[in-house]
Amino acid sequence: MKTPVPEPEIRKLNSGDLVYLNGTIITARDEAHKKALEMKKKGEDLPVDFKGVAVFHAGPIMRKEGEEWVTIAAGPTTSARMEMFEDEFIRLFRPAIIIGKGGMGDRTTKACKEYGCVYLAFTGGAALLGAKGVKKVKGVYWLEELGMPECLWVYEAENFGPMTVTIDAHGNNMTKQVMERVSKNKEELIKKLEEVD
Amino acid sequence: MKNLENIVEDTAVELLKRAANILQNDYVAALSEARQKTRGEIGRSELSNILKNIELAKETSQPICQDTGVVAFMLKLGDNFPIRSKLRKILENATRKATNEIPLRPNAVDLFRGNTKDNVGRHVPLIYIELVEGDDLEITALPKGGGSSNVAAHSMVTPGLGWKGIKQFVLESTARAGSLGCPPYFLGVGVGGGEDYCMFLAKKALLKPFGVRNEDPKVAKIEEELLEKINSLGIGVMGLGEGPTALDLHIEIAARHPASLPVGVVFSCWAFRHAKGRVSKEGKVVFEYA
Ligand code: SF4
Repeated sequence: MKTPVPEPEIRKLNSGDLVYLNGTIITARDEAHKKALEMKKKGEDLPVDFKGVAVFHAGPIMRKEGEEWVTIAAGPTTSARMEMFEDEFIRLFRPAIIIGKGGMGDRTTKACKEYGCVYLAFTGGAALLGAKGVKKVKGVYWLEELGMPECLWVYEAENFGPMTVTIDAHGNNMTKQVMERVSKNKEELIKKLEEVD
Repeated sequence: MKNLENIVEDTAVELLKRAANILQNDYVAALSEARQKTRGEIGRSELSNILKNIELAKETSQPICQDTGVVAFMLKLGDNFPIRSKLRKILENATRKATNEIPLRPNAVDLFRGNTKDNVGRHVPLIYIELVEGDDLEITALPKGGGSSNVAAHSMVTPGLGWKGIKQFVLESTARAGSLGCPPYFLGVGVGGGEDYCMFLAKKALLKPFGVRNEDPKVAKIEEELLEKINSLGIGVMGLGEGPTALDLHIEIAARHPASLPVGVVFSCWAFRHAKGRVSKEGKVVFEYA
């Protein structure tokens, strides 16, 4: 897939699909989500445009070599922390893709359906593989204020992935489905446990 | 010539580096076997990503995962090894050096002053010392990420529930951990001892050699049973429902108070990083793994 991804293409994806990404990926964690939403509320313009591109829940390790920024490690962080911001974020900024690990909740799932967005799970801990998928660093914003892990890094990605669609734009949330199944399996397994003598 | 203190420091730095950058062969083999056995495309793709990442780390001498955790050292201190109370200072220096050289992400946060920036803080690196016979100091470096540490679980199980209660708690804890600690997991379970000691036993259990079952056949059987049941939960690689949930599980037991049955469960993510080495009192160094 290549950003900017048009909405019809997003709506074609189904949970369980594997995806590689080319184009623009912008990192944003807790602080960046908060700041972006606050600025929008005050009517201020953001330094980046999230429309149609990918938001990446990650706090990467970057190094400056001469004038260029190089991505050393870029693995996903736990997305659950961004659940409190994400539906509003999707509504206001209209990204096509959210990338993270661990999945997200009902609010995000609803926003994905309503506005045509998907959540892609990237392998937790695979930070070097993530960095390998970054071809170029196109920009960095809020570095002074938020610091390296929390600021906005704008990446040009090439074959970033593979990632799994776990929330699609049809209301499916694979992580939630898996966890519901796990919970049922757990009850069954516990019922059959035996004492040891 | 280097003195013994320097040798211990350098050995600890080297162990942290090996642990952070290279996953031991047993675990890599277990992960590739899991990939072969996993039928689902998603589970296989996740395991391929993990294996590719492990290779990249080795090739480029970089940490496998950026979260190298709060640094910990498990020591076995021989009766005749001459350095004793100075070990903390030496290991603090080693941690600072490793943080700079590897580099490791600074993860030691002072409760009031924030990140110490060098991975050294009050009681950190964590140091566990066991006194043993002999002339050597054995060091195990264990950089363990926060994600899998956050899903650790502890319970004072009602003694009347016995092993059934213990098994239930392990299953519940794993189900609760879900995808949060980056499965497939390696588990350590500690039973008995006391409210704190069972957690220590769990960590000790985690570090036992891969695939080797408990010397007590009764405990060994429970290990096998739990591993099988955990894999029937269906969490799967990264919590996506395909492939293994756990690759190994060890139990360590201790006697207990008649009125209590303490249970600790410790998880490691797929990136189970640790390295062991030995320094003799003459300063000879042997590393356990390649
Ligand atoms: S749980 Fe392990 S693999 Fe996952 S982010 Fe933490 S240290 Fe890395």
